[in-house]
Amino acid sequence: MGRFGAGQPMRRVEDQRFLTGTGRYTSDIDLPDQAAATVVRSPFGNARILGIDTEAARLAPGVLGVFTAADLDADGVGDIPVAARLTSRDGSPMRTPRRPVLADGRVAHVGEAVAFVVAETIAAARDAADLVMVDYDPLPAVTDGTAALEPGAPPIWDEVPGNQAFDWETGDAGAVAAAFATAARTVAVDLVNNRVIPTAMEPRSALADYDDKADRLTLYTGTQNAHSLRDWLCDLLPLPPERLRVVAPDVGGGFGMRIFLYPEHVLVLWAARRLRRPVKWVGDRSEAFLADTHGRDHRTHAEMAVDAEGRFLALRVATVANLGAYVSQMGAFIPTLAGSGMLTGVYRIPALSVRVRGAITNTAPVDAYRGAGRPEAAYAIERLADVAARELGLAPDELRRRNFIPPEAMPYRTAGGKTYDSGEFERNMRDAMARADWAGFPARRAEAAARGRWRGIGMSTYIEACGGGPDEGATIRLEADGTAVVLIGTQSTGQGHETAYAQMAADALGLPIDRVRVVQGDTDRVSDGHGTGGSRSLPVGGAATAAAADALIASARPHAARALGVPEAALDFAAGAFRVRDSNRFVALEELARQAGGLSAAARFRPPAATYPNGCHVCEVEIDPETGAVSVVRYTVVDDVGVVLNPLLLAGQVHGGTAQGIGQALLEGAVYDETGQLLTGSLIDYALPRADDLPSFDFATNEVPCRTNPLGVKGAGEAGSIGAPPAVINAVVDALAHLGIRHVDMPATPQRVWHIIRSAQDKAAA
Amino acid sequence: MRGDEGMTTVALRINGVEHSVAADGRRTLLEVLRDELGLTGAKRGCNQGVCGACTVLLDGRPVRACLSLAAACAGHEITTVEGLTEGNELTPVQQAFVEHGAVQCGFCTPGMVLTATALLKENPKPNVAEVRTALSGNLCRCSGYRKIVDAVVAAGGAR
Repeated sequence: MGRFGAGQPMRRVEDQRFLTGTGRYTSDIDLPDQAAATVVRSPFGNARILGIDTEAARLAPGVLGVFTAADLDADGVGDIPVAARLTSRDGSPMRTPRRPVLADGRVAHVGEAVAFVVAETIAAARDAADLVMVDYDPLPAVTDGTAALEPGAPPIWDEVPGNQAFDWETGDAGAVAAAFATAARTVAVDLVNNRVIPTAMEPRSALADYDDKADRLTLYTGTQNAHSLRDWLCDLLPLPPERLRVVAPDVGGGFGMRIFLYPEHVLVLWAARRLRRPVKWVGDRSEAFLADTHGRDHRTHAEMAVDAEGRFLALRVATVANLGAYVSQMGAFIPTLAGSGMLTGVYRIPALSVRVRGAITNTAPVDAYRGAGRPEAAYAIERLADVAARELGLAPDELRRRNFIPPEAMPYRTAGGKTYDSGEFERNMRDAMARADWAGFPARRAEAAARGRWRGIGMSTYIEACGGGPDEGATIRLEADGTAVVLIGTQSTGQGHETAYAQMAADALGLPIDRVRVVQGDTDRVSDGHGTGGSRSLPVGGAATAAAADALIASARPHAARALGVPEAALDFAAGAFRVRDSNRFVALEELARQAGGLSAAARFRPPAATYPNGCHVCEVEIDPETGAVSVVRYTVVDDVGVVLNPLLLAGQVHGGTAQGIGQALLEGAVYDETGQLLTGSLIDYALPRADDLPSFDFATNEVPCRTNPLGVKGAGEAGSIGAPPAVINAVVDALAHLGIRHVDMPATPQRVWHIIRSAQDKAAA
Repeated sequence: MRGDEGMTTVALRINGVEHSVAADGRRTLLEVLRDELGLTGAKRGCNQGVCGACTVLLDGRPVRACLSLAAACAGHEITTVEGLTEGNELTPVQQAFVEHGAVQCGFCTPGMVLTATALLKENPKPNVAEVRTALSGNLCRCSGYRKIVDAVVAAGGAR
């Protein structure tokens, strides 16, 4: 067993409560005298608000208050902030519209919050919401990012001329142009990275409680980062930080969507203080589709210069990112800084040039969704690699082999400015091809053809960057009764952090895991934190936990020396006890804690760099030529996520991410009509992968320790959703290549595939 | 009209206990379970009968509590996740979920466990394909289903 219990498939300590129905999500919590709230939302994609008449609603039975932008404004409530800002290539600052908590004279997407109704019961609140009369003056809408940037597109905000928030570039355009001018050949692809809707199973909810005597508010809500949310809310309300406590109870999935501040957080808090009683809002599934942040939505033209032997020389990528109606908190960062540096993937590509334009449209704001910028980058380079292989007449693995950054080149600085610390990319591919029986594919294809199915195989050799960014602190308290508590500012939304950190602390301190408790998601109990996002919990929070355990042991050493009457240097610590070297005398750590009335230590870890998880996905599909239906029949993943702490938890992350990536590739896609109505606004219209849509994934690891954190771990939460889309589409294209088809956009739904097959067959017949 | 007028009393047998609950003709079983009886194990994931998070057993068969009218459930044996266990002893299905790491965020878990419980009663040794079909009405966004399917297959003892 590795240090800190690494490698052990510990069963989850969380499971008992979830399996017996005693988990507590926000909507499961009720407070005495609680009022119920609902949000009046815009039915228009783009409209002026000429007036709001709330009188009838206010007079409806059981209504406690009907609030609009004017009420918040009168109380000094601020706007929803933009956390990431950019400078355009011409030196001008990013253009952003104001984003009030409740619409103030304008709405710019369907589902935007316009008024907030609080009543004694949810039924009364909903009845009253129907009585809120909003006088809308509908305006022409634009929902497609590229269309929004065209001359003559309906202008959405005066502050954003031409609907362009930014026109950003990075890289070395001159070097790229020079490489393209002399290259033996060039290849290009036009890609749609489809808009997806995160769809955590627990709809967003928020419950605010106001303590009159202390003039203090508490917000219960499923968030990925209680402390950041508290700080944003305090800026906005405004409120000093000590007057607001944010508690994340059990959280039913996050995937990035729960990082952000949403209008309903502000509204329940503000209304609870005003009404002096608890206010609860429980979002329904329609509201989740309309008003949760969405993900992706890129249009990309990517081209590569290649030499006569198939070696990559330069990469040029131009993207339009649809940001939605407002620039969300990290909305500008995701398509630019988060993803562009990873566009060169696992390959030696000497020159890179990237241009990204951010478009404002009449759609829900787009922000971080599992992978956040890196799936878009991996999709571009891994599709381009496959197209290049086909055009050069090389096998996809052979072309990749000619271009991999070899292990001996590590640390390797890419043209995107990233320094990869470790990785064995060819070995990932070799292992994955072996596990997937790549060599046996022709026989499987022939067998499928005999059944009337077209079978295809595809791969991606992906890399991503995660677990960089801010520091994290951890505190471990060993109580006098021999139980330990780990306090940490990251947040589990299903990953199993209560098990992961407990496993580490239990191993380090020599305690049974059931004596260790993890406390997270409470700004009163945990002093600070940066939450969970960007696969940072284990690389950063884990490293902090390990350091805190070491610090606790170090702090106990003088006590042990005194207790045993020997110098500290004569003591070794192992299996929960200090032992006198070359003797059988020892004192247990928990005995020292008992004598001291408890021991406590804190430590912080600031990552010096991101970690770079990487791997190879191999996907095999079968297509029914008559219907265009694509079945994923075999799926293999070999991941290098560095040292593995808990294989059981890891598999959950990789399987789940892969399922989301397959969902994006084959099933999922947000569709707006030209007026801005969301046509995929329910689980009936928006297809999530179901149990019978997916094969049983084959997953293995290739542990190459990360060199930039003490545990050697690399983030694992997003890898699956990054590696999967290109592998799936590469397989779909492979199945259809015999028809001359060289690309299929995501999602490769039966309808889309059927049309592509028909038009290829018509062309061949003509 | 969504008010409380027209309430009648309905006798429901839930987890072996008789409950007398107020329910007008439109009140769903999910509303009664969650909002009146505090049995929050059944989750409201879509309130539209698609996600399966509110699955409960009606006479041993899985139903969507969000689409079931409470009044129509009178006279039937209703089992929620809270009624599966006695004390801290997990059922073989629940134990298999632990062993296979089949729980992640936990929101879909009660519905999955109940659907699996009903499946194993009808088909004690389902194979992988049968389990995938049986669970296809229960959405999970975290797991990719692999470990849930493994757990249910293992609980049935088939290979």
